Amino acid sequence: MSTTTEHLQATAAAMPTAPRVESPLRRFTAAFFESRIATAAFGMLLLVVAIALFAPWLSPQDPYDLAVVDIMDSRMAPGEEAMAGFTFWLGSDGAGRDMLSAIFYGLRISLGVGVASGLIAMLIGMCIGLTAAYFGGRVDAVIMRIVDLQLSFPAILVALILVAILGKGVDKVIIALVTVQWAYYARTVRGSALVERSKEYIEAATCLALSHRRIVFRHLLPNCLPPMIVVVTLQTAHAISLEATLSFLGVGLPQTEPSLGLLISNGFEYMMSGKYWISFFPGLALLITIVSINLVGDQLRDVLNPRLER
Amino acid sequence: MNAGKQPTLEVEDLRTHFFTKAGVVKAVDGVSFAVGQGEVLGLVGESGSGKSVTGFSILGLVDPPGRVVGGRILFKGEDLVPLGEDRMRALRGSRIAMIFQDPMMTLNPVLRVDTQMIEAILAHRKVSKAAAYDRARETLMRVGIASPDERLRSYPHQFSGGMRQRVAIAIALLNEPDLIIADEPTTALDVTIQAQILYEAQKLCRETGTALIWITHDLTVVAGLADRICVMYAGRDVEQGTVDQVLDHPLHPYTHGLIGSVPSRNRRGARLQQIPGMTPSLLNLAPGCAFRSRCPRATDRCEAEPTVTMRGDGRRVRCFNPVDADVSA
Amino acid sequence: MSVFIIRRLLQSLGVIFVMSMIVFFGVNVVGNPVDILASDDMTQEQIQAFVARLGLDRPIYEQYWYFVLNALRGDLGNSFVFAEPALKLILQRLPATLELALASMFLSVVIGIPLGIYAGLRPEARSSKVIMASSILGFSLPTFWVGLMFIMVFAVMLGWLPSTGRGDTTELLGIQVSFLTWDGLQHLLLPAINLALFKMSLVIRLARAGTREVALQDYVKFARAKGLSARRVVLVHIMKNIMIPVVTVLGLELGGVIAFSVVTETVFAWPGIGKLLIDSIQLLDRPVVVAYLIITVLMFILINLVVDILYSVLDPRVRLKDVKS
Repeated sequence: MSTTTEHLQATAAAMPTAPRVESPLRRFTAAFFESRIATAAFGMLLLVVAIALFAPWLSPQDPYDLAVVDIMDSRMAPGEEAMAGFTFWLGSDGAGRDMLSAIFYGLRISLGVGVASGLIAMLIGMCIGLTAAYFGGRVDAVIMRIVDLQLSFPAILVALILVAILGKGVDKVIIALVTVQWAYYARTVRGSALVERSKEYIEAATCLALSHRRIVFRHLLPNCLPPMIVVVTLQTAHAISLEATLSFLGVGLPQTEPSLGLLISNGFEYMMSGKYWISFFPGLALLITIVSINLVGDQLRDVLNPRLER
Repeated sequence: MNAGKQPTLEVEDLRTHFFTKAGVVKAVDGVSFAVGQGEVLGLVGESGSGKSVTGFSILGLVDPPGRVVGGRILFKGEDLVPLGEDRMRALRGSRIAMIFQDPMMTLNPVLRVDTQMIEAILAHRKVSKAAAYDRARETLMRVGIASPDERLRSYPHQFSGGMRQRVAIAIALLNEPDLIIADEPTTALDVTIQAQILYEAQKLCRETGTALIWITHDLTVVAGLADRICVMYAGRDVEQGTVDQVLDHPLHPYTHGLIGSVPSRNRRGARLQQIPGMTPSLLNLAPGCAFRSRCPRATDRCEAEPTVTMRGDGRRVRCFNPVDADVSA
Repeated sequence: MSVFIIRRLLQSLGVIFVMSMIVFFGVNVVGNPVDILASDDMTQEQIQAFVARLGLDRPIYEQYWYFVLNALRGDLGNSFVFAEPALKLILQRLPATLELALASMFLSVVIGIPLGIYAGLRPEARSSKVIMASSILGFSLPTFWVGLMFIMVFAVMLGWLPSTGRGDTTELLGIQVSFLTWDGLQHLLLPAINLALFKMSLVIRLARAGTREVALQDYVKFARAKGLSARRVVLVHIMKNIMIPVVTVLGLELGGVIAFSVVTETVFAWPGIGKLLIDSIQLLDRPVVVAYLIITVLMFILINLVVDILYSVLDPRVRLKDVKS
């Protein structure tokens, strides 16, 4: 017996001399960029976001300024030259707009709608999920019942019905996307909050008679963040894709807000005559955006999930 | 061992290493033993000493990144190491059978017991399904399962742990193998059921002449069951001999410590001995005797790899300073 | 077991009631169908007669009440546009959608499971990594865009396959189906693959995760120790275990496939209920939208019930629990 104790003491004494654990953020970044694919996806995502932010300064043409767009330039193939002298690297559409510029502007709208709906859904879902987890009992049961019901219907169906009811418009599409997404956040937050709630430090905080709000926001919330970050990325990709689908079906954004989905939809009629670029390039931009977000999200999940400790 | 006769299985200097990203894990690094017809060999060691991997190596069931990198496994004179998968498959379950540690995990939960037994017969013999069924039924009765027809139609989760282990043993016996490797088959069971199964295993070996390798960490199990003992430590065999030799006069300091740490009625009240420290990590193990950091008899010599010393009476020990060295000195 | 089914059915009725209410009131707040349907040269009297005939002049809760009464008789109202019973319209087009949905489910299982098992058995192999990368792509590809690209490549550029419609159909058990004629099969192929891509990626991931987990189980090693062929170990011992999560998820996803066929049907002009829904939404043909939703909800509930039963057939452990309870 004594030998074991001595041994344990020796181990314990040796601990502090072991190399100190780096800060969590440092460790997280290192783990994230370990994967080359994820690093590339992250770089790509930065590029896409930058293009969306600086679209007016990067585009060769303001595609929605009627004074600049020339109908004579319509349906030019990629590489052809415009009347105004610049080159249509990705061709032009039926109204003579430069596709490259239209895509840059479209990214702005698509990303904007996706991120906005993702963030609003997160805020709402987070509050609801935390409420369910913190109060438990009947509150929890009712909320989770609604969440389950909501999640048992496919997102596309719910979104279609909502836009059918609400009509077209940026705000309406965002409402539809938020309605579709909030339940995922609520469920995730509730799940991790329940795990955290059962831990002793929350009990300690309760014993100290800290206020509900303080316990929820200062103690529970920070510990629910890692899974939330993953859900936010993956859901944003989902929202972008869903918005594009709705717009393509003609029930999403109006023509005055030409997102990537609308650009693709507008090119549909020219496709049969072989003018592929009007639909192809916006779709490619959409694909690159969604794939890079998904890859980043996948890697985040691997890195943040302690169960997959490699 | 039946002198003159060829042993059923002879393992010579077996080495099985795992090539992981973190480095090479030498799970088995020099193990030799033999087991003859009707004989029971106890393969004893702590968890992580490489005894299970030894069992899987014999069956050719070491999965990547692991691989048998050296030594020979002679089954009735034929070396299994270079054998192709087809030949190995024909031997597995037919000539060499294995019983696993946890009976709760060894039977497929979604297949009925009859399916799992009949497929084991049909994999090796060209008989009708009905004949295979009869054989399965008969074997279940032999391991002491009443109303076998009903049992055959059941799913594993309808059985208790002891019952499942009996089924697993029955599966091992289906094709009357020459060698059974039992990997701690009683560890997960109640003591009473453990005793029944041990008794029956011993009886079956005597009756059928099957050789049995019983892998365990429990010296008391081996004491009542085995003819010979092979003690493993950190992937090496450190000591071998008959049960009486090894248990009464252990030569290796590790065996000595192991026996000292088993509670016994004869030494009631006396303080139990402990082996200080922990099993070393097998990852990038330093050369020399792996036990030296925990060994009370370690000397500078132990920095080198100890060689196996053969004693006259069939005993082997891998140590520079065996326990009886003082006595003779 | 039967208690369980009855309870599930009652729950389902509740869901149908709530859904019908949400849908009916929701849809009836949208725009004014009179503006769309009444032509400009109608007189005020004509419009009023028109409104009265459609029952649009009564208070909305009354409209709902008549809607429920009629719904129980199988009458979900008449389409404003086609002047035919909405239910009839939906039922006419349902077989096309179901055929498309089942064909794409079939493709995703037949292609997805083998690929997933392969990737699960050899997680480190290059080919497995390619499979997994494609599955991420399959998740990310917007369905409608892939459909367009299919049309562009296979119909416009190569001219191999037709791009719109169902092609020739034959009757099977009183239902028109495409897959039994060569022409119909050609028409079915592109939409079915298009709709299958997403589910295929899901199946690949499920099958791979399942295989990786099951392959490590003792019972798989024990099966190998019995001397079974690798084929039998994979096809029986591993596959039967991974089929449990795959079937559950796929069953639940069948509803999603039917909902998502809205997109594929629009791209390929496939005459199913999805295309009908989009057209009806755009024309504010409320009875058809409502009928679509009611029928879809009913199908969902039915599918969930069937999945639960299938689940208990596949997993003997669940079966036992139900018998006991």
